[in-house]
Amino acid sequence: MKAGRYGRYGGQYIPETLMGAVKELDAAYEYYKNDPEFVRELEELYSNYAGRPSMLYYAEKMTEDLGGAKIYLKREDLNHTGSHKINNVLGQVLLAKKMGKTRVIAETGAGQHGVATATAAALMDMECEIYMGKEDTERQALNVFRMELLGAKVHPVTSGTMTLKDAVNEAMGEWARRGEDTFYVLGSVMGPHPFPMLVRDFQKVIGKEIREQLLEREGRLPDAVVACVGGGSNAMGAFYEFIPYKEVRLIGCEAAGLGVDHPKNAATVANGTVGIFHGMKSLFCQDRDGQIAPVYSISAGLDYPGIGPEHAMLHETGRAEYVPVTDEEAVSAFEYLSRTEGIIPAVESAHAVAHARKLAPDMGKDQIMVINISGRGDKDVAAIARYRGVELYE
Amino acid sequence: MSRIGKAFQSGKVFIPFLIGGDPSLEMTGELICAMAGAGADLIEIGVPFSDPVAESAALQAAGGRALAAGCTTDKLFDLVAKVRKEVEVPLVFVTYANSIYTYGKEAFMRRCRESRVDGLMVQDLPYEEKEEISPECEQYGVDLISVTVPASHERIQMIAKEAKGFLYCVPSKDVLGAGSREKVDTGELVRLAKAVSGIPGVLALDGGSLEQVKAMAALADGVIERHGVSELVDRYGTDSVGLVVEYVRKMKDAVQER
Repeated sequence: MKAGRYGRYGGQYIPETLMGAVKELDAAYEYYKNDPEFVRELEELYSNYAGRPSMLYYAEKMTEDLGGAKIYLKREDLNHTGSHKINNVLGQVLLAKKMGKTRVIAETGAGQHGVATATAAALMDMECEIYMGKEDTERQALNVFRMELLGAKVHPVTSGTMTLKDAVNEAMGEWARRGEDTFYVLGSVMGPHPFPMLVRDFQKVIGKEIREQLLEREGRLPDAVVACVGGGSNAMGAFYEFIPYKEVRLIGCEAAGLGVDHPKNAATVANGTVGIFHGMKSLFCQDRDGQIAPVYSISAGLDYPGIGPEHAMLHETGRAEYVPVTDEEAVSAFEYLSRTEGIIPAVESAHAVAHARKLAPDMGKDQIMVINISGRGDKDVAAIARYRGVELYE
Repeated sequence: MSRIGKAFQSGKVFIPFLIGGDPSLEMTGELICAMAGAGADLIEIGVPFSDPVAESAALQAAGGRALAAGCTTDKLFDLVAKVRKEVEVPLVFVTYANSIYTYGKEAFMRRCRESRVDGLMVQDLPYEEKEEISPECEQYGVDLISVTVPASHERIQMIAKEAKGFLYCVPSKDVLGAGSREKVDTGELVRLAKAVSGIPGVLALDGGSLEQVKAMAALADGVIERHGVSELVDRYGTDSVGLVVEYVRKMKDAVQER
């Protein structure tokens, strides 16, 4: 298999103007991933700064309420900055530092990746600029201010649909213009090689910990691992360790917005077709002329018209399943987990909780399901209130 | 000799660029004929794409206007087939890999051959991925145009060696800091590439004064200027034809001046 390929997916479909920067990154990562000093520094950051390992919590009340599988929650929401995004960002910004870069840029949807990048940049003394769709800066105003507080400059992106995909376009353009001193911290398992591999490598700690923690607690592997999927970084992080264990079901939950058959959705696996975009061959929501569709989800973090190439392969080979979850189901799961377990999940993660609610009752009491709670929901409280017709003044 | 090869037979060339379907397909047809008449040696036509990551804001806006006006790949091919009855000027489509892939690679190339689109420049298809469509290009006799930027000698030569039609060279100011440690200047880029490929090298500018165009022409076999036509179309709409003719004449004089 060619480097950077996942079956027929992946690759490096980028303008020649970006090739220099991408090759430089590829060479640097190949070197540092095996550098004991780099590995040690990253582990140090994970345990003493990010708060790893994150807890694997037995959700007893939820288990009883649903009456089926035993449910564990992987608490990525308890990481520093409130989501799994910090795992990837610490790795990439440390790599940037080693490469001698002085400035990092990133795209962000919900703002979690932007906040994590701004945080790591502050910690490691890097200049930081974040590209965020204008519509998202309005949906997630608090995160914009949080990034600014951390010393980052936030650029509202007004091109295209003014959401995540447009933020990626702008960040890629900026990287092509200023690769010399600038490192592009890509937030998900997508884009040109080596990003899908590199981000997965920095996120696979999630699944590795799940396995170790569950072996210690239950003496066995889970029967199912459930995670939400936009680009797919938290899901890939949770799944990767279990890919060789065919008995473990891997389930990705996509954002179906107003319904998987309604025009306003972001369910890429359900509705997408194979295409080439953002540097990769993968599945995309697009029309028959290959114009990328303006997708929609209540969750800014899942509001992306594509999916990482390794997910596209896992779907094609049948190793992982991908299911659509609507806004309404996600919001209801958001409220459910808050009331049942006292844990307010990110609206993204609530998509995984929603599917787990459907699936758990059909599983046996002797079976185990792990839900990856990829982030905390504080950032979503105002949006959920609006969704329920409550007027809040922040 | 291919139509593209012939275009370089009589001195330095000027290549204008426009986005197909901006502001309408009718207008694009009129502009192609007018530019050919005004001395354009080859014309690059941008196939509008929803997310043109490699384009400037001005050209992104032009693509947006074309899509809003209903331009599709099929309609653009139909237009070119019609225009071909009137002009022989070589035509190159500038596009993104997804437009070709979703249309169907073979179907796309077949239509290129039928409507006599001479070459394709695919913005997000670097050397490493060109096999995605190069077999189909070969099969249907469509030149796949390669892009080179100031990078290492090795990389420039690797790309140039397999290049077809002409080399699209991006001068150094546009790629400041593309990550290469082994920079070459613009003149050296063209010399290096031409030496290996044996085909003409053209420098590309996004906007630029007559003086800049002259300076670039001195270093290469010709110049592509990508902003001029779209700017005039944006400002003057259907009244822009005369101004575009004037612009092409001026540019052509500039590149041929010694």
